[in-house]
Amino acid sequence: MTDTDRGTQRDRDSAFSLFTQQSLPACKPVLTPEWVIMTFLFIGFIFIPVGLVTLRASHSVVEIVERYDIGCVPEPFRIDKVSYIQDDSIPKNCSLSFKVPKYMKAPIYIYYQLENYYQNHRRYVKSRSDKQLLHGQNEHGISSCQPVEVNNDRPIIPCGLIAWSLFNDTFTFIRNRAELKVNRKNIAWKSDREHKFGKNVYPFNFQNGTLIGGGKLNPTIPLSDQEDLIVWMRTSALPSFRKLYGRIEKDLDVDDVVVVHLMNNYNTYSFGGKKKLVLSTTSWLGGKNDFLGLAYVFIGSSSVTIAVVFTLLHLLSPRH
Amino acid sequence: MARIRKRSIQLSKLCSFACCRSSSQDEHAQIGQKGYSRVVYCNEPDSQEQIRLRYRGNYVSTTKYTAVNFIPKSLFEQFRRVANIYFLVVACVSFSPLAPYSAPSIILPLVVVIGATMAKEGVEDWRRNLQDIEANNRKVEVYDKSSCSFRQTKWKDLRVGDLVKVCKDEYFPADLLLLSSSYEDVVCYVETMNLDGETNLKLKHALNVTSFYSSAESLKEFRAVIKCEDPNEHLYSFIGTLYFDCQQYSLSPQQILLRDSKLKNTEYIFGVVIFTGHDTKVMQNATDPPSKRTKIERRMDRIIYVLFSTLILVSFIGSLFFGIETNNDLSGGNYTRWYLRPDKTTVFFDPRRPAVAAFLHCLTGLMLYGYLIPISLYVSIEICKVLQSIFINQDQAMYDEEMDRPAHARTSNLNEELGQVHTILSDKTGTLTCNSMEFVKCSIAGTLYGRGMTEVEIALARKRGEQLTEQAPIDASESKKSIKGFNFRDERIMDGKWVSEPQSDVIQKFFRVLATCHTAVPEVMGPDEIMYEAESPDEAAFVIAAREVGFEFFARNQTSIKLRELDPTSGIRVDRVYELLHVLEFSSARKRMSVIVKNPENQLLLLAKGADSVIFERLSKEGRAYEERTKEHIEKYSEAGLRTMAVAYRELDNDEYKTWEQEFLKAKTSVSADRDVLMDELACQIERDLILLGATAVEDKLQKGVPGCIDKLARAGIGIWVLTGDKRGTAINIGYACSLLRHGMKQIVITLELPEILAQEKEGDKEAIAEASLNSIKLQILKAKSQVTEESSTEFGLIIDGKSLTYAMDKNLVNSFMDLAMRCATVICCRSSPKQKAVITRLVKSVTGRTTLAIGDGANDVGMLQEADIGVGISGVEGMQAVMASDFAIAQFRFLERLLLVHGHWCYRRISMMICYFFYKNITFGFTLFWFEAYTSFSGQPAYNDWYMSCYNVFFTSLPVIALGVFDQDVSARLCLKHPLLYQEGVRNILFNWPRILGWMFNGLLSSIIIYFLTTNSITGPAFRKDGQVADYSVLGVTMYTCVVWTVNCQMALSINYFTWIQHLFIWGSIAFWYIFLVVYGSIPPTLSTTAYKVLVEACAPSILYWLTTLLVVIAALLPLLSYRAFQIRFRPMEHDRIQIQRRRPESTEYDATQRRLSESSEARTSSELPSEVRIRIDNLKASSKRKN
Repeated sequence: MTDTDRGTQRDRDSAFSLFTQQSLPACKPVLTPEWVIMTFLFIGFIFIPVGLVTLRASHSVVEIVERYDIGCVPEPFRIDKVSYIQDDSIPKNCSLSFKVPKYMKAPIYIYYQLENYYQNHRRYVKSRSDKQLLHGQNEHGISSCQPVEVNNDRPIIPCGLIAWSLFNDTFTFIRNRAELKVNRKNIAWKSDREHKFGKNVYPFNFQNGTLIGGGKLNPTIPLSDQEDLIVWMRTSALPSFRKLYGRIEKDLDVDDVVVVHLMNNYNTYSFGGKKKLVLSTTSWLGGKNDFLGLAYVFIGSSSVTIAVVFTLLHLLSPRH
Repeated sequence: MARIRKRSIQLSKLCSFACCRSSSQDEHAQIGQKGYSRVVYCNEPDSQEQIRLRYRGNYVSTTKYTAVNFIPKSLFEQFRRVANIYFLVVACVSFSPLAPYSAPSIILPLVVVIGATMAKEGVEDWRRNLQDIEANNRKVEVYDKSSCSFRQTKWKDLRVGDLVKVCKDEYFPADLLLLSSSYEDVVCYVETMNLDGETNLKLKHALNVTSFYSSAESLKEFRAVIKCEDPNEHLYSFIGTLYFDCQQYSLSPQQILLRDSKLKNTEYIFGVVIFTGHDTKVMQNATDPPSKRTKIERRMDRIIYVLFSTLILVSFIGSLFFGIETNNDLSGGNYTRWYLRPDKTTVFFDPRRPAVAAFLHCLTGLMLYGYLIPISLYVSIEICKVLQSIFINQDQAMYDEEMDRPAHARTSNLNEELGQVHTILSDKTGTLTCNSMEFVKCSIAGTLYGRGMTEVEIALARKRGEQLTEQAPIDASESKKSIKGFNFRDERIMDGKWVSEPQSDVIQKFFRVLATCHTAVPEVMGPDEIMYEAESPDEAAFVIAAREVGFEFFARNQTSIKLRELDPTSGIRVDRVYELLHVLEFSSARKRMSVIVKNPENQLLLLAKGADSVIFERLSKEGRAYEERTKEHIEKYSEAGLRTMAVAYRELDNDEYKTWEQEFLKAKTSVSADRDVLMDELACQIERDLILLGATAVEDKLQKGVPGCIDKLARAGIGIWVLTGDKRGTAINIGYACSLLRHGMKQIVITLELPEILAQEKEGDKEAIAEASLNSIKLQILKAKSQVTEESSTEFGLIIDGKSLTYAMDKNLVNSFMDLAMRCATVICCRSSPKQKAVITRLVKSVTGRTTLAIGDGANDVGMLQEADIGVGISGVEGMQAVMASDFAIAQFRFLERLLLVHGHWCYRRISMMICYFFYKNITFGFTLFWFEAYTSFSGQPAYNDWYMSCYNVFFTSLPVIALGVFDQDVSARLCLKHPLLYQEGVRNILFNWPRILGWMFNGLLSSIIIYFLTTNSITGPAFRKDGQVADYSVLGVTMYTCVVWTVNCQMALSINYFTWIQHLFIWGSIAFWYIFLVVYGSIPPTLSTTAYKVLVEACAPSILYWLTTLLVVIAALLPLLSYRAFQIRFRPMEHDRIQIQRRRPESTEYDATQRRLSESSEARTSSELPSEVRIRIDNLKASSKRKN
């Protein structure tokens, strides 16, 4: 046995005994007044700048939100919007126009926003078959798609409530009488396109039932290329949500007037939902969201306030 | 069917046989009747009669489970817990469409948790099984009739009736009847360490009739039948009869060799197997210790009920709203939320029957919000407690080097109760004192002998200002020549000088009694060295004293005792043989023992020693010559804290003895339940008309560190009761010596030794005495109470004797007595019996409702230990019964200080923090689910992926909690001991009171609100990435879950005070593990990972917003607790906060502290602690002497 061996043996022993005697070297932080003040000030000094930077990022984003669900119903039908939307004989086209308030740099993202729409309802969320979306008809296990799994004894592809209620309003944008090209590719997550929706799975027997929910699908295009469907199938977190429609890859200048021709097909009237069209640029942080910045500033300034109050109290009241 | 009938026939046969036996044998009335029906055919285990009795084999199994029943039985044990049943039901229901998540995700954690607990049970049981296998396969030599020789057999194959040969240092394989041994006088020596822990040897002797069978050949002819009691658990009794050679011989415990005891000092013995396997006395004794539950656990159960109610409430609210929403889906014949297809729905979402849907949804809610109930709580607590006990067992500072005994937590489920002890009830002898007796003084013929002074006396003398002559204090360590158990110095007696004393004949008789009246066994170690194995240390001290004075006891057998004495006339040492006729043994009821011997001069003598009160009432008229002065001396001795015993003798008349002996032998051989009573009566008959010789005084030394320890415990605010059998004077003096009664403390004495009561006692009207006593006690208590309330600033010590105590326990008085006792810092109950000890313990427990701890070392403390919330056994000299009945065993009383103040405090803090935190983390998690619910129209959709949820309790949050429960320390052990007041945190239960528990729950609620609302507002809505993507359901789930994992782990980091690498590893490791899990889970195919597919790698990690949100939410969720803690520590510090801050104070004191620590550790607490201990004791003695003056 060499000396080093013995040394390590002893080290192990002593480390072990430190452990069993519960006297391992330890850091024992104590909230002394100095530490308290330092910590709160530190939080403040980190959070306020971060908040301000985030706010700036949020303010640099230009966002246009236009609600169109009411405006697109012709005056005579406004009393009973539901029957208007359910009546296929009435043309649903509609247009709205707005002025660009600020210079918007490409890419400009187009979203449709739905409110009071419970895409996170348990019945709704469960009503899909991931296997079918990836592998197609051969697969069993479409029972999870209830109540929209079969029609005329033949399975529906894609099955389930989510697909059935596909959003089907469409938008075209015109600036200065020229159509603005909207890029509708790559709006879905790459992993969804490649691994969740099959390349060889084609829509089948879809929206053939007596009750037609939302949009129809082109049966010649495989599911992996039906990006609108893929986006729609990523269910939202909350009842009010935006979904990506496409991108305008041209800058919009201040005071440009943009006219939108849209097909107002989707029924949100029966449950009192709202439909909005959103055009937005993004910053490094994403879309326009002041909340995060404000929250940062609020938490930061609260910390500083606490630090100040604590300091004052600490100095004023003597120790026992 | 046939077999059953056969068996019943046999039973009836046996019965009738037994009945006719009993009728023919009057004096053996019990034998053959119920409880005394066992029949053993010696040497004929194969005989039809023996086989027909179907006694159990010698196979022993101590395991709780068998291979077959392990799974069902341990599962059953698991599901006795309400929470586990709930989770089982949830798991079953999770296969139905009611479940908000997939079934495997709820079953896995349940399986992990139940599996972990079962594995723990299994491992424990496997260990027991290994021990069984080892014991069952030990070898023993069994007699084989066909070959007339012994052959090796396994223990488990032994049968009732077998003849076995056991050799030196072997264990007895079953309960045996001793037939013969290698000694001619058929004795053997037995060590019963495994039974009662006593290391001294016990002498057993066979019946003379069987002594002939001492060789293998002779055994061939041996035939006998034993009829005896049925298997029972009494180790020290045995009733049976041997039918041999047409004669009956009664059997006593003297002939019985018990399983698991060991043959010593004897080459071999032959024996007959009487009881096998589970019928043996030792196995009959193996009962499970009473299971005790801690207050914290009981409260925890209540919290679980609170959480269950919350769960039900929350589910109810959820389903109410769900019902409304579902009802709205059908408004005026139109379906509103058409995308849910309310037209083609199931019963769960049917808008036409919203009430049914709501009811079913309520069940879903109960499952979904089940995360409010921490599934892993029980198993985590169990793991923590086991690890805590390992720390207690490993603690070097509670390890006794001399005896090589570490502390031992025998049950692990009482750890935290150690931190809440309100009252300690302590035995005195062997607990506060060493129970290693030293003979220091004696009074012979009214003269005091023994010049040494006890510690108590020295201090008293100093206080009185008396000149201490060159007489150095007696200190055993002072001279190397000192003899254990002997500390007597008197030149008048030592070295044979007693011969020239005026009353040398009395002195001679006195020491002869000491040398012969005992049950000790000499062990010759060398030419001049004899050791004694005695039943009690007092007895050993007497024999040693006699030896040192010149009456050396050097040999004994069944019939004689040999002494080597100095002959006063010739001055030569001669051997004298005393024929030993009878031993009337010591018992706590008799309080005396005596022997009847015939001395070499053929005189019949009865030599007796016993408690002074008992001996004095048995003196003859002419034997009272020294009574007055001896009484005086005894009084003096007990004041000096010594144990006294009176010594007397009697010359017996031959005829009287003969008649007595006949009756006595008859009683002795009778086999009946009242044999003991009969024998006691007969012993009383002969033990009378004694002649007093003198009294002995034995010092029971205080254990090391007792005063310091008691002082610490008192400063920690723990009330201490001493329950002792000693006289009042002795008890008070010991009280002062070990700082139970302190300087400046006022004494309240409640006693019945008042003139008026004594006067009435002389009259002898029992009812009148009882009434007067009761009234007197009542008066004394009331007076004392008013005194205590008047002078609330001073401390009081209450002293009460056993007799008064019986009256104070009276139904009408007990409350006011306990009230008085609770206000006194110290209570000493002297002259109390073991039963009273247990009763007092129960009373203290029930009246105060606080935690009681009993500490003791002897068999007489067992009741008390089992009655108390915590029983601590001292593994000292008096045997192991106390330890076997205890929950914790320590080697020395002073370790109690560390056990309570350090381990108790830590464990209490750890467990209470742990439970609070457990509820916190589950409420935080559970309520984020609820808030999310509110935004899904209460449809029962969980916010997270199924597997995130099921891993929450098991993987992402479990290890840090366990680290908290096992390792956390608010202050170091050194500071715990330095600031005993810290212990009050546990006594007052301020770390686990309802405000604190609810505070933690509120904090959890707050955290969940902060997490949910900040996360949803920050991340949903507009794009959360530069590429314009929006956060969907899966991204929100991941972000929120990330925040939850961070928050609960960081809250943990905030609330623990002790970071070693283990805490760092567990806390930060858990967080890191969440990310690793997410990456791994996200990379398996999407049909399995569903919403988690590549969610971190693709969606969240590249988003700066995700990380910023995490930071914001975590800090915001920590802020409330952090600010609360900051203000609370600064402006309303708790005791541990104060100590922590102090530790941080200026460098100079810190330097001092390190210096002190260095010196303490280097000198191992002896020199540094001693001065203070001495100071305390001197102070107390001052007080004690003041009391006298």
